[in-house]
Amino acid sequence: MVAYNGYMNWNKDAIFKALGDSTRRLILDELSERNELTLYELTARLIMKHDLSISRQAIAKHLSALEDAGLVKSKRKGKYRVLIFNNEPLKNLLKGWIE
Amino acid sequence: MGFPAWSQIVSRVPYVANIKGGNTIMNIIVTSIFVQDQDKALKFYTETLGFVKKHDVPVGEYRWIALVSRDDQDGTELLLEPNDHPAAKEYQKKIFAEGIPATMFGVADVREEYKRLIKYGVKFTIEPTEMGEVTLAVFDDTCGNFIQIVQK
Repeated sequence: MVAYNGYMNWNKDAIFKALGDSTRRLILDELSERNELTLYELTARLIMKHDLSISRQAIAKHLSALEDAGLVKSKRKGKYRVLIFNNEPLKNLLKGWIE
Repeated sequence: MGFPAWSQIVSRVPYVANIKGGNTIMNIIVTSIFVQDQDKALKFYTETLGFVKKHDVPVGEYRWIALVSRDDQDGTELLLEPNDHPAAKEYQKKIFAEGIPATMFGVADVREEYKRLIKYGVKFTIEPTEMGEVTLAVFDDTCGNFIQIVQK
């Protein structure tokens, strides 16, 4: 069991690593704006809206870093899946420094 | 014969292009989409999307159902192809799971089309969105596919 003291004990290294990349922050921007995105919509937004030349494999890698940090989750909606931004891990991230 | 008006289809020869090794004529006359249920697809694609049925004849166990655009009935045909083969089912299922459209159609105004379709209960995974130079939207065709509509 992961320690639980009012909030989940997220792995801070994984979180800071996930946040330390502009493409991953852009993915979080898009997810926080829309709540739920299919992988296709996220890809379309990165490539067509933001003009990134990024491969499918690269997007999958970024998503897996974000998932490891608990920042992105996926949910099934019938026969398809959507990606969701989970901001819980960020809530107590800087606690102790800024209080 | 299984293929209706085939000679009629192949007789449409717009122009001759000069390509590797001589003159060749190759046109996109038919494109296809896998569907779970041909009857259901025919209904949705004609009644809801507004395509026109051009051919509907028995071919073996299934039917050769080809549709055309209402304002271009001599144009490219869309074949409603049964997803009978396990590979077809698997392909449909896997791209559907990630929201990837099986094909795309052009419309004059994506937002107007969106408003019209949601009235008929069509479900969208992407509402009309500007992506660079195009506006697009993606909906569920209820036959196992997502369809993208685009407007330049």
